[in-house]
Amino acid sequence: MVASALAQTSPETLARPSAGASLDIDNVSHAFNLDGSTLHVLDHVSFDVKPGEFVALLGPSGCGKSTLLRLIAGLEPPNAGALKVNGQTITGPDPSRVVVFQDPTLYPWRTVWRNVALGPEAQGKLKESRGRVDEAIDLVGLGQFSKAYPHQLSGGMAQRVALARALVNDPSILILDEPLGKLDSLTRLTMQSELVSLWQEKGFTAILVTHDVEEALFLSTRVIIFSNRPARIKADFEVDLPYPRHRGDPRLAELRHRSLAELGLDSTW
Amino acid sequence: MSTLSENTIGQRSGRNGTLLGLAAAGAWALVAATTGLLPDVGDWPETENLAIAGAIIAVLLAASALLQRVSPALGRWLVDKSPWLIAIALFLSVWQLASAKLGWLPQPFFPPPQGIIEVFTYDYAELGISLVASAQLLIVGFIYGGVVGFIGGVALGWSQLAAYWIHPILRFVGPLPSTALLPIIFFAFPSSYSASIFLVALAVAFPMTVLTWSGIASVNPAYYDVARTLGASPLALVLKVAIPASLPYVFVGLFMALGAAFSSLMVAELLGVKAGLGFFIQWSQGWGSYNSVFTAVLVLALLCSFSITALFKIRGRVLSWQKGLVKW
Ligand SMILES: Nc1ncnc2c1ncn2[C@@H]1O[C@H](COP(=O)(O)OP(=O)(O)OP(=O)(O)O)[C@@H](O)[C@H]1O
Ligand SMILES: [Mg+2]
Repeated sequence: MVASALAQTSPETLARPSAGASLDIDNVSHAFNLDGSTLHVLDHVSFDVKPGEFVALLGPSGCGKSTLLRLIAGLEPPNAGALKVNGQTITGPDPSRVVVFQDPTLYPWRTVWRNVALGPEAQGKLKESRGRVDEAIDLVGLGQFSKAYPHQLSGGMAQRVALARALVNDPSILILDEPLGKLDSLTRLTMQSELVSLWQEKGFTAILVTHDVEEALFLSTRVIIFSNRPARIKADFEVDLPYPRHRGDPRLAELRHRSLAELGLDSTW
Repeated sequence: MSTLSENTIGQRSGRNGTLLGLAAAGAWALVAATTGLLPDVGDWPETENLAIAGAIIAVLLAASALLQRVSPALGRWLVDKSPWLIAIALFLSVWQLASAKLGWLPQPFFPPPQGIIEVFTYDYAELGISLVASAQLLIVGFIYGGVVGFIGGVALGWSQLAAYWIHPILRFVGPLPSTALLPIIFFAFPSSYSASIFLVALAVAFPMTVLTWSGIASVNPAYYDVARTLGASPLALVLKVAIPASLPYVFVGLFMALGAAFSSLMVAELLGVKAGLGFFIQWSQGWGSYNSVFTAVLVLALLCSFSITALFKIRGRVLSWQKGLVKW
């Protein structure tokens, strides 16, 4: 109820020209086979994402957030329900929907440059994309490290390479699975601001999974909170604040209180 | 402060260089003396030349020991290498005494160093032809077996259909020592050369297949997920993800395969093909020419060692992205 009320006061920032795609998740359920028994992970999850929205997914560990992202990426088909991008059912992975995984998962035998170049290379358009690869690396501030191998990078740098590797494909949906989870808190805050400006500049639709309520509220235009496994949507509300946001904003604190309550952590307030 | 301590270190290594260099010179003078000054118990034409060579090395080492104050590089080289130079010289001297001078080692079964030199100076053509023949068998067989094993391993790790057909064959044929097939191989193939190639290739293919397969099987599945979301086709997944990710295993396979190739090479040459170092060893033994046997074994050791070194070099290049590689 509160959610719909908030939706009406959605901030102006949403109404900008957008290269993002819409995403419709319709009654999606998913289960895994674990030692012969069925593990229900997603339970009739439905929500629609408008082009250019920045949606943060919050939920307890192991509830099925990464699983949902894998379905959106097209790495696995759902057991039931349908996922659609711009009205088209997702049937497999596509470089317009790239994922930045929980681990940076860089290829250790490739230099930073060649890691970032993998997308264009795999799509057979490396020749015309060389400049874009350089740009993407500069964008995440690693111009000096083009020729470095992953084992020569710090954790935060590796994560930024993973981000550049996704961005170079100019995705219409950027899927982020706790991309900042392993960073120290300082790098994390810097990267959060960088993510916002990237999103504002490029206009893609962003789906972000995070454990950090404050991060979700600081970055996103909308927050969806999942229940314990099997994941069901417990709350879905807009974050009605303009960018750039301020961490001390009382409205953020209010929304934070509410989110924690939904996550069952009310007593910590 | 730091320059001071560097100086003292420099001086100390300088003094060490001089001492070690002179000790090495002395040891090689000992080689010259034991070889040249005592009478031989048998007839070895190269005794005098060996004595002269020992003396020349001794003089050169003594000169370096004195000159190393001028050239720090020379000093460092002396400090580094002298212990080995001394050990080799002592070994040569003892060997010389025990064989040619005092006859403690029964002759002609354990020839003195000059007996080995004699083979190099008189039989070098024969030795060279044998070396080339062996190297050719080794390289050609290794390449055939390596390529087959690599492709088989990739297929096993990647394709269900390939695994269905290759796996049982691998389990049945792989563990069999290829030498057990020797009689069959030698009459099944048109020439003993092609049979020997097959024997070496067979020995190489098994470890290569198994390790390439393990390598492919152990690739982090997340690598595939990332590549797929970036638009990689199944072929690109094999070529750009599976194969590079499994290369460390492939190199372990290559090392094991090289060892297997050496043994098969010897079996092939001792029992089949009429060329190569193995054949040279057997043929020389038949003539009672034991110094040729020792020499050929020495050359064979050099060939094997060189092959391993070359493989380590290639691995160092290809896997330069890996941390903590063992240096050879
Ligand atoms: N391939 C799989 N096979 C079997 N079970 C799986 C598989 N992948 C995930 N699961 C199970 O599904 C559940 C949800 O996993 P998922 O990775 O989606 O959680 P998550 O919400 O992302 O958790 P976290 O926040 O800790 O990353 C977990 O209980 C996990 O054990
Ligand atoms: Mg997860």
